[in-house]
Amino acid sequence: MNGYPHRHLLGIESLQPSEITAILDTAESLREILDRPIKKVPALRGKTVVNLFYEPSTRTRASFEVAEKVLSADSLSIAASTSSAQKGETLLDTAKNLEAMNPDMIVLRHSASGAPHFLARHCRAAIVNAGDGAHEHPTQALLDALTLRQRKKRLEGLRVAIVGDLLHSRVARSNVWLLSKMGAKVVLCAPPTLVPPGIDALAPVTYRIDEAVEGADAVMMLRIQHERMTGGYYPSDREYHLRFGLTEARVKRAKKDVLILHPGPMNRGVEIASEVADGPYSVILDQVTNGVAVRMAVLLLLLGGGGES
Amino acid sequence: MSRVLLKGGRVIDPAQRLDATRDVLLEDGVVAQVAAKLSARGADVISAKGLVVCPGFIDLHVHLREPGREDKETIATGTRAAAAGGFTAVCAMPNTDPVNDNSGITGFILQKARSEGVVRVYPIGAITRGSRGEELAEYGDLKESGCVAVSDDGRPVASARVMRRALEYARAFDLPVVDHCEEPALSERAAMNEGPVATLLGLRGAPAAAESIVVERDIQLAELTGGRLHVAHLSTAGAADAVRRGKARGVRVTAEATPHHLVLTDQVVKDSDYDTATKMNPPLRSEADLRAVREALRDGTIDAIATDHAPHTVDDKKVEYDQAAFGVVGLETAVSLCLDRLVGPGLLTLPQLVALLSSGPARALGLPGGTLATGAPADVTVLDLGRRRKVDPARFESKGRNTPFAGWTLKGAPVMTIVAGQVVWQERR
Repeated sequence: MNGYPHRHLLGIESLQPSEITAILDTAESLREILDRPIKKVPALRGKTVVNLFYEPSTRTRASFEVAEKVLSADSLSIAASTSSAQKGETLLDTAKNLEAMNPDMIVLRHSASGAPHFLARHCRAAIVNAGDGAHEHPTQALLDALTLRQRKKRLEGLRVAIVGDLLHSRVARSNVWLLSKMGAKVVLCAPPTLVPPGIDALAPVTYRIDEAVEGADAVMMLRIQHERMTGGYYPSDREYHLRFGLTEARVKRAKKDVLILHPGPMNRGVEIASEVADGPYSVILDQVTNGVAVRMAVLLLLLGGGGES
Repeated sequence: MSRVLLKGGRVIDPAQRLDATRDVLLEDGVVAQVAAKLSARGADVISAKGLVVCPGFIDLHVHLREPGREDKETIATGTRAAAAGGFTAVCAMPNTDPVNDNSGITGFILQKARSEGVVRVYPIGAITRGSRGEELAEYGDLKESGCVAVSDDGRPVASARVMRRALEYARAFDLPVVDHCEEPALSERAAMNEGPVATLLGLRGAPAAAESIVVERDIQLAELTGGRLHVAHLSTAGAADAVRRGKARGVRVTAEATPHHLVLTDQVVKDSDYDTATKMNPPLRSEADLRAVREALRDGTIDAIATDHAPHTVDDKKVEYDQAAFGVVGLETAVSLCLDRLVGPGLLTLPQLVALLSSGPARALGLPGGTLATGAPADVTVLDLGRRRKVDPARFESKGRNTPFAGWTLKGAPVMTIVAGQVVWQERR
């Protein structure tokens, strides 16, 4: 029994608070390995992991790859742009073919929401969702939580503003689930055109960033996903920055020791001013390191722990 | 000379306000007589004791896929599925390949239906050539060759000008215009209904307004032109309200709703973990929409229950939700679903349901049948209200297996289907 009784990690929505804590605690204890001169432990020797990425990704993919290497798993990464997907192979056929090589886990990044659930239904390997459409990005929420917990020593009772393109954001959905399950007070902020209907059932929504940031322990900024916009959600990047962007003046409304998070990649000068991104309260680079630790924890909890069913 | 006598059944014929134990005599392809205790002389006698005898059910909205997509369905398999589901007639939607926009295709469909079909097939022609939404198809030819209506189903007519002309021009041939009401600018790339469930699933949604806006538009255009409008697969509260108001002020508008929109909401997309059998267009809607559509059935705003039977191959559905084809099969589950989920809990009376499956659709598109009046076609659907059946897609006559109802146990089922006095299907006991 390792505190994480599931075969897959498809999203945060279905997790219990105790399971989230188990992953974070495991990540915390594994983080130390990354500071050693020889960053390698044999925990997952003989296990095979396939990173199957159907969308561009730098951070998440590199982070999973590093985590796999540190834990001594055999891994290979496949990007859709260089794979048979270009020749019209279906996701299921690709996964089935990879599975014939008996991987223990498939880490999937896909633009279609629910793609990991689809693979979980049809494949034997453990499936880790590395971001599916606008649905969830569970390891991102976990690494954000780990970052917050390290700095604030708790999640419960924290006031966290999540600001930006809520409509297209899987990071926002995973974070809302995680933070509210762990007892944080979440406020959401976006222009009305980027607020998905019904999200206010999970957390209160405001259209005024000043209100959202007021007294916040942490502000999570979301990237404007230009590539998913079919146009017309807001008049201009200029107006967006003026009305909904995080500027130094706005940061002053938050608590003195506020933390600024951004899942990256950033649009500097749109959702976040450069001075804020590079400022003293920014933990954006901490997030990257914690990303490796969280992914190590997920790999270990799903693949290690004695291999029970 | 053939004579069939259905003896001792509960005969429900809403067109004649009849609900009583009667014998039904079918002779030479027409209904000869409905009365108590008819003589069986010279007739093949079928005992209908304990069963319900209805006018043959008519499905206004079926995709038979032939010509062009015979891998999904053919006229032979689709009409067998209809018979097995208790339908004696189906309207065939024109989004075949090529589109049924001319008398040649209509003729082909009717010829196939005669040689391989088991139930009556009424082709629906296209509103515009190639269903491209631009130039009108040749309605005169379509009507003359056997089309009963025109529709660009699946490809909503985006231009109000084209819809106006269609409603206007179709008057010359008394053809109803069947519209798939959807504003494409609002439903672009949508995979399901817009709302809280789509938000949690991260799927792009089409708002209910994308449907109701076009229903409103079409009703105003029907009012303007005096044309006959039939609203296909109505799924929203706003659309139901628009049709109700249109009817009240005398606009020539009729409407149909599907069993899946009457039984399921968008919540099932989440509960099934993105099962692509829950993906169709229009999408499954909210609880409030479902209630409003049910109410519209009860108060007569909706004239017919139609399946929008849309068979697909396994490959079309065994993909990511976004990529999956829209549509569910319905012919072989519709009647049982309605009996179990609408009549069972008392949302509709049995005669109301029978009307929505027979006289209602017949009147909406001006089709023969839908009644057991003397001289009507000898098309009969026989129901067993006590029969329990588990939905098993592997046993469908249809080539399509794409149903969200697999594994459901339903009470009440069609047990015999008679077309032109011939038993074309009966339940194997």
